[in-house]
Amino acid sequence: MTEQGIGASVLRKEDFRFVRGRGKYTDDINLLNQTHAIIVRSPHAHATINSIDKAAALAAPGVVAVLTAEDFAAFGGLPCGWQVIGKGEEPMIEPKHPILAEGKVRHVGDPVAVVIAETKTQARDAAELVDIDYTELPAVIDMREALQNAPAAVHDEAADNQCFDWEIGDRAAVDAAFEKAHHVTTLELINNRLVPNAMEPRCAIGDYDNASGEHTLYTTSQNPHVIRLLMGAFVLQIPEHKLRIYAPDVGGGFGSKIYHYAEEAIMTVAAKVLERPVKWTSDRTEAFLSDAHARDHITKVELALDADGKFLALREFTLANMGAYLSTFAPSIPTYLHATLLAGQYTTPVIYAEVKAAFTNTVPVDAYRGAGRPEATYLLERIVDKAAAEMGIDRIELRRKNFIQPDQFPYDTPVALTYDTGDFEATLAPALAASKWDSFEERRKEAAQRGKLRGIGISCYIEACGIAPSNIAGALGARAGLYESATVRVNPTGSIQVLTGSHSHGQGHETSFAQIVADKLGVDIGSIEIVHGDTNKIPFGMGTYGSRSMAVGGVALSNATDKIINKATKIAAHLMEASAEDVVFEDGIFKVAGTDKAVPFGDVALTAYVPHNYPLEELEPGLEETSFYDPKNFTFPSGSHICEVEIDPATGELEIVAMHATDDFGNVINPMIVEGQVHGGLVQGIGQALFENAAYDSSGQLLSGSYMDYCMPRADDVPSFTVDHEVTACTHNVLGVKGCGEAGAIGSPPAVINAVVDALRDYGVTHIDMPATPAKIWNIVNQGATAQAAE
Amino acid sequence: MANVTMTINGKQVSGEVESRTLLVEFLRDQQRLTGTHVGCDTSQCGACVVHVNGDSAKSCTMLAVQADGADVTTIEGLANGDDLHPMQAAFRENHGLQCGFCTPGMIMSAIDLVKNNADPSETEIREWLEGNICRCTGYHNIVKSIKAGAEAMRG
Repeated sequence: MTEQGIGASVLRKEDFRFVRGRGKYTDDINLLNQTHAIIVRSPHAHATINSIDKAAALAAPGVVAVLTAEDFAAFGGLPCGWQVIGKGEEPMIEPKHPILAEGKVRHVGDPVAVVIAETKTQARDAAELVDIDYTELPAVIDMREALQNAPAAVHDEAADNQCFDWEIGDRAAVDAAFEKAHHVTTLELINNRLVPNAMEPRCAIGDYDNASGEHTLYTTSQNPHVIRLLMGAFVLQIPEHKLRIYAPDVGGGFGSKIYHYAEEAIMTVAAKVLERPVKWTSDRTEAFLSDAHARDHITKVELALDADGKFLALREFTLANMGAYLSTFAPSIPTYLHATLLAGQYTTPVIYAEVKAAFTNTVPVDAYRGAGRPEATYLLERIVDKAAAEMGIDRIELRRKNFIQPDQFPYDTPVALTYDTGDFEATLAPALAASKWDSFEERRKEAAQRGKLRGIGISCYIEACGIAPSNIAGALGARAGLYESATVRVNPTGSIQVLTGSHSHGQGHETSFAQIVADKLGVDIGSIEIVHGDTNKIPFGMGTYGSRSMAVGGVALSNATDKIINKATKIAAHLMEASAEDVVFEDGIFKVAGTDKAVPFGDVALTAYVPHNYPLEELEPGLEETSFYDPKNFTFPSGSHICEVEIDPATGELEIVAMHATDDFGNVINPMIVEGQVHGGLVQGIGQALFENAAYDSSGQLLSGSYMDYCMPRADDVPSFTVDHEVTACTHNVLGVKGCGEAGAIGSPPAVINAVVDALRDYGVTHIDMPATPAKIWNIVNQGATAQAAE
Repeated sequence: MANVTMTINGKQVSGEVESRTLLVEFLRDQQRLTGTHVGCDTSQCGACVVHVNGDSAKSCTMLAVQADGADVTTIEGLANGDDLHPMQAAFRENHGLQCGFCTPGMIMSAIDLVKNNADPSETEIREWLEGNICRCTGYHNIVKSIKAGAEAMRG
């Protein structure tokens, strides 16, 4: 390990601009002759549009256009990128998701019209003047209601509001195992609906050059090429060589900026129609009503155990909310990214899951940090705790008894995945030690003397990330490849540009990706520039989500750098009049083994571009290499998260007094960045467990639609953390990395809730639904209510 | 329309604004000082915090006309060329930022805290940050950064 290479906590190169306010986010960009768009959105959850009168808006000062669905009649709807096939080979119902509402609105916030004016305030004023006549229809909000009674149909194509009814696993074998079980634990739970809330609201600027016929879309995206492909090929039919997507600095994503949103298509079309740039920036209220939401499952789970506590079988029945339309990856989240993780860290021999997805008159739901795996981990780690309590077995011992052992890898789970590697005791033991688990009962007693209820909870998670391989994803319904690309361009004077298909929106790629190249080439990290986000510069890449940047994009970069070394070695051999087999490359210098012949990397770079003394008959000039990498398997980070809480029974107020995470991410490129990713994930998980909830009323109005109402975790809601990591290297990529972006949000919610339930055990509490707010806790403590009654 | 004149980062500027124009709109749209960000519309997130006459203020919650005659400092006004303010340096050295969007507001707010409390405890820092939301860092390294920044500012 060098000071700047793999394994070093190198300070982030990108921070020098961010701390000075010199980042360039999409809304910071303003184009000459730019106009401004405001989207007119539905105030109703479900209604027929009778008429839209644009006249008053068009007559307002500064207005240049008012667009409605008829202006987009030539274009397709927003596509869904994943097709789920349900029971009996029934494909999911896939209703059209129009760019602007066509005759009907299906959720509060559904875009209906676009007002474009010279200034944003003029557009906003005029938007008030668009007169839309609606007839309200009954709204379908509650998933159970939607599927059982279908008070109305969100889409004509799905009269029963069911998108799909999907299953995985051997139901007969699972049912048979339950018949023979010594003990069955049952748990019904809700995985609460969340709003991702990246701090930068979405923004899109369309621009059109009528000389070249090229469209440019500046957008807040985690994956610009995915947007180019979806919008270009499926929505607007713009050939890819005439469509440039540029996602500059992006202020957080967490999944919500993966998807192709209507506003991107609207700005692209409007810019061509008006022959002027058109800019739209979401405000926060609009973000709550138009960014894809997350989670929202209603689940019944059952665990069958033998008399010793060995898990015999697990079965799960889940209702998953899709919202009003299918967002880009929505169908894959409660299915292939969820139920395939139900083995967790355990040897449960048979598992069955049934997932029914419902359309409702709510904002579409899609992936958010963890995407399906938090839901799987939550139900599993909750039911393990409940089973332990019911059977009188220590909850740590019950977990240990069922762990997949290190010598069992590669391990085939009964739900389609093969874990390549792992060592669960290796993360459990240090987590228990760091959190002083063994002496907890003393702290519980001490707290009780102060009148406080103290509890401790653990969660042992495993997740699948590094999303790829393409062939497996394709077989499961993905409509795109999931490889990643990287180009290493060595310039004549030895500086290096790395063009990556991964996208950084907080992950620090400009530093960690540069570390890989610096490590391998022995060049200074300051001479390496990471270029990302611009489809006119980078090779076709799939972008950043599913904790895939390092495990897929980083490996592509490593492979491309190896190709550079391979070619440079041949050039160096020529310069030193040696055989390439005899040339070694160390610390940036090519040497002929056993001699004093040496040539530095910079000289080789210059020779590649000034090939006066060069083996032109064998080798092309130049030093630039590209690699596309498609992994053989997912990667499987795992770990143990432990949370300790203290509750004031007089107020229901809860304090997290300590939280610890021991994770196994495989090899770590930059420990500082990885720890930061864990911290952020933990707080998003704590947010789900204790604070956040996207609550709708029965008419479909989002009650928690602002920061006044939706409780984002604040600094004084959370503690400082202790975080460490153990390493079992991934076996199928050259870096041995697994991915760290989502683990914090996957492992922490059950750790927190297990701690809350532990604190409240003397009140007969066996479960409490998230978010465990002070009001819910107070009701339990002071009214003797059950958790369910406190709902 | 009204004419406003104020000092921003040591330079006197004037501009025509509507009476409803927010200070943050004046800074971002007219002065092109895009380091001050807008993350919400209810005065909760703190991405827009600047200093007005030396005190931190949410520039989304103040009209441009209210800042007429004021001395305003934005994130762009802290560093002296490449020479970072100690609080900026502390955020960089302690990985106190990820996506960078909340960072300008965090730094401006932190400097105001330290102005009033030279050696804040972790609890005081966390309570002070009640009006600044970060979605990336989990606050852990922001708290660490502000501790280090306060120490550096004490000199």
